[in-house]
Amino acid sequence: MSSTPLHTQFDGIASLRKALQARELSARDLASSALDAAVARDDLNAFLHIDRELTLTQADAVDKQLSDGLAGALAGIPIAHKDVFVTEGWRSTAASKMLEHYTSPFDATVVARLKQAGAVSLGKLNCDEFAMGSGNENSAFGPTRNPWDPTAVPGGSSGGSAAAVAAGLIMAATGTDTGGSVRQPAALCGVSGIKPTYGTVSRFGMIAYGSSLDQAGPIARHARDLVELLDPMSGFDPRDSTSLEHCDGVPNAPGRIRADFEAALAGQQSADSQPLKGLRIGVPAEFFNGALAPDVAAAVESALQTFESLGAVRVSISLPRTELSIPTYYVIAPAEASSNLSRYDGVRYGHRAAQYRDLAEMTSRSRTEGFGAEVLRRIMVGTYVLSHGYYDAYYLQAQRVRRMIVNDFQQAFSSHCDVIMGPVTPSVAKHIGDNREDPAADWLADVYTLGVSLAGLPAMSIPCGFGAERRLPIGLQIIGNYFGEGRLLAVADRYQQATDWHQRKPEQR
Amino acid sequence: MAITEKDVARIARLARIELSPDESTRAQNELNGILSLIQQLQAVDTTGIEPMAHPLSAHQDIALRLRPDTASPTRTLQERQALMANTPAEDNGLFLVPTVIE
Repeated sequence: MSSTPLHTQFDGIASLRKALQARELSARDLASSALDAAVARDDLNAFLHIDRELTLTQADAVDKQLSDGLAGALAGIPIAHKDVFVTEGWRSTAASKMLEHYTSPFDATVVARLKQAGAVSLGKLNCDEFAMGSGNENSAFGPTRNPWDPTAVPGGSSGGSAAAVAAGLIMAATGTDTGGSVRQPAALCGVSGIKPTYGTVSRFGMIAYGSSLDQAGPIARHARDLVELLDPMSGFDPRDSTSLEHCDGVPNAPGRIRADFEAALAGQQSADSQPLKGLRIGVPAEFFNGALAPDVAAAVESALQTFESLGAVRVSISLPRTELSIPTYYVIAPAEASSNLSRYDGVRYGHRAAQYRDLAEMTSRSRTEGFGAEVLRRIMVGTYVLSHGYYDAYYLQAQRVRRMIVNDFQQAFSSHCDVIMGPVTPSVAKHIGDNREDPAADWLADVYTLGVSLAGLPAMSIPCGFGAERRLPIGLQIIGNYFGEGRLLAVADRYQQATDWHQRKPEQR
Repeated sequence: MAITEKDVARIARLARIELSPDESTRAQNELNGILSLIQQLQAVDTTGIEPMAHPLSAHQDIALRLRPDTASPTRTLQERQALMANTPAEDNGLFLVPTVIE
């Protein structure tokens, strides 16, 4: 079947926008071709819910806006949402049996903002159940496959988002990142993704997992397209109590990230042959020992050399508590999850068991039937560390170590470097089914992404090479200081102007 | 200090989860594995370190905003029906549950 989506002829959102605004093609044709491709690539299991009529109705409305000259910046751009964002129309399930039939009476703020900008949604993307996992294997609706190798995981928890972008089914996708869930699948699928500073993007309508960690972020082919999505996604929202009104004195509103991105690019262009002259890249020694596979280390090293050739200088730094971010995260995130998921009681919405004797049994049986193994596991861990007699020893102690981890990052940024770079994952994507007998083994592979989440810092992943034995994508992690999204994206963009890893596609690696 | 069978039963009860005897044994093994991972935290000297609940508190003074505690009733029957469309059992705007008090 021939089903190459029309948008794949364009190298990014900017050029596609130009063609749409010149009416060289319609939002409807774009959406229709992307829907055909999404259905044809059913084997990936990247999409959970597609509603052709709903998407085409959106596209028709955008076409009218385009004819009337009233179109937003993303008018007609085909995207899709991770199924932890609630949407009017499409079901919103968090890839859980608990919410299998749930339809939201409202759109998440992120969904509403992208719709307002004119983006056309193809539907909802597969993920780990309630965003808990790093391989997309914890979805109640089956694993998503990696477009580079159908036997490999796409990463997670935003695995459907990364796989759909990598397969060219959509131009960009939304994701969420609690401990690496945007950066890690982006790395394993050879696409780009950014988790912005905690509090910059509204979480209203984003199904909660770990509330002191959760943050939304986009996945796309390259940094420029990430700017196109992240800028309109961000901004203060009174309906999210963690949403920030200001970012270091600048209003938290669309335009902030784009302005910072453009200012950073302008600064680079004044020094043409060495555009990144003066940029200090901190390289943490702890990111390069122990578990790191040689091929990943080599690809990251090569990327660092490219940055040096662009004028940046490398500074050795230490993040001494990198390993401790694993136990710290796996106390705090399950604790918050156990609290957040206590709302699923089978009363107001969600799965209700068919047989029960009383209210207590109705609740416990509904929860046991509705949640998958990993979700139950994390609820139990969280319940334990919050329970009487263990709260101080585990939960408060984890919060203290969290502060030490955060202080280590601040020490690096205040004294040594402007950005931090390193690997995203210790190795390329594992095979679907690996570690099935040892569920906590996957947790250890989150070692390079968890610290950033605990600190609430912005960080991204961009493609920087391929594995040696298994030719699967490798990602470079770039971490910035608070509210440094625009600068991070400009640094990534400069690398992507000098390299072509982000242009590689599964069919032509 | 390992997690016992009794601990697992207590955790399951607090978390409103039902475990069969097999699942309980499996959960006990898994939780003990996880416990050995998170016990690394006990070795860290955190004397004088304040627990951190909000990640940006390292960067700026931060307090979560609270909205006014006021009721916002649904305006129309249609709105109420839309909001209740997901409930497993309802009757005329009420969520139905098994009898709690005879």
